[in-house]
Amino acid sequence: MISIRDISKWYGAFHVLKDCSTEIQKGEVVVVCGPSGSGKSTLIKCVNGLEPFQKGEIVIEGTSVGAKKTNLPKLRARVGMVFQHFELFPHLSVFQNLTIAQCRVLRRSAGEAEEKAGRLLDLVGLRAHARKFPAQLSGGQQQRVAIARALAMDPIAMLFDEPTSALDPEMINEVLDVMVKLAQEGMTMMVVTHEMGFAKKVADRVIFMDEGQIVEDRPKTDFFSRPNTDRAQQFLSKILSH
Amino acid sequence: MYAFDWSSIPGSLPFLWQGMLVTLQITLVAIVVGILLGTIIAVLRLSKNPILSALAAAYVTLFRSIPLVMVLLWFQLALVPPVVRWLFPKGNFDLNLLIAFTAFAFFEASYYAEIIRAGIQSISKGQVMAAQALGMTDGAVMRLVILPQAFRRMIPLLLTQAIILFQDSSLVYVIGLADFFGVAKNRADSTGNEVEFILFAGAVYLILCLTLSTIVRQLQKRIVI
Repeated sequence: MISIRDISKWYGAFHVLKDCSTEIQKGEVVVVCGPSGSGKSTLIKCVNGLEPFQKGEIVIEGTSVGAKKTNLPKLRARVGMVFQHFELFPHLSVFQNLTIAQCRVLRRSAGEAEEKAGRLLDLVGLRAHARKFPAQLSGGQQQRVAIARALAMDPIAMLFDEPTSALDPEMINEVLDVMVKLAQEGMTMMVVTHEMGFAKKVADRVIFMDEGQIVEDRPKTDFFSRPNTDRAQQFLSKILSH
Repeated sequence: MYAFDWSSIPGSLPFLWQGMLVTLQITLVAIVVGILLGTIIAVLRLSKNPILSALAAAYVTLFRSIPLVMVLLWFQLALVPPVVRWLFPKGNFDLNLLIAFTAFAFFEASYYAEIIRAGIQSISKGQVMAAQALGMTDGAVMRLVILPQAFRRMIPLLLTQAIILFQDSSLVYVIGLADFFGVAKNRADSTGNEVEFILFAGAVYLILCLTLSTIVRQLQKRIVI
């Protein structure tokens, strides 16, 4: 469904991504991990074209992300994304955050959009907060709204860019619970995260990145039981020890 | 000691009120048109197209480099009358009011453009990415996400600029328009009570501007986003 082929990206002279390739099948959950600065976030932002790349190709269900003729907004409307800092629209209520793109991008009627928004707020357990503004919610609540906002577009896949990194520890699980539920319902997911518990529970594959390269890309059980590289081994021992 | 003679002011109040209406009209038109035009110029200035961006920058630089008095005279002598005659050969307008409206609107637009540009740039890249990720086109991102937030942040600055504009509108006396200050000056000359009229007009400007800036300060406290 998502095919990443030999992606390279430079920021000026700095080579951020080096020939990264992987495939994500429909219904697959892929966790991307690695030390900070390894290019994970940049890679996931390349998938829906939020970050341009200079070399290689990313194809989502037959549409090439980097191609000039591709209608990027149209493609992005079909791929959900959740950000580290939530990025809810602060001038809109929770409910409006969920309906605005449905109405303005997908041209759904207000009634249809509101019905969908209501159902998704139920799913993330925040129906009672619909009329509030993002600033009135906790970080964990905001991130659940952000997930619902992405789901409102009926995406074919979901991208998560460190969805729990900016959260207080006691709020991480409420967000992970929603993500686990999604994974179990068969959503195609690419998740940049350090939450190895989440990876062990629902991931099909784990990608380990270091210095802009995909160092390991293996089924979850293989990755956790015997990483191929020293680099991944060190990384795992560091983040799993506590 | 100078003996104040306020006796001619009460009788002049209806004229002064007419002048105030002209002042308010100029201020309002310049605010509304200036903000609309300023928004367009700000968006063009930030556009990826180098030609559009350079044109917008040139507009801002031009109007910010010329004293307002000269802009008014320039519009009166060279710009507005020929254009109006060309557009409406048979029309019969109060040309001076039209000159004041256009000169102030175009002049203020350059100042509003800079305020609005700073407001747009204050919205984080993350907000833009979130909007793009939902499939919004560049235009929709600007209209639905960036501008509504930018304007909320800018309200105090926009109002402060409006207060300056309200005071600057008194400069229309150079094109012979009777705004509040113009009327006060005329009455002063005809009654001989110059000091009293100018003091009175100054007090009115002071009270109105103080009231407005108090409102701005209250707003600043309340706007959190």
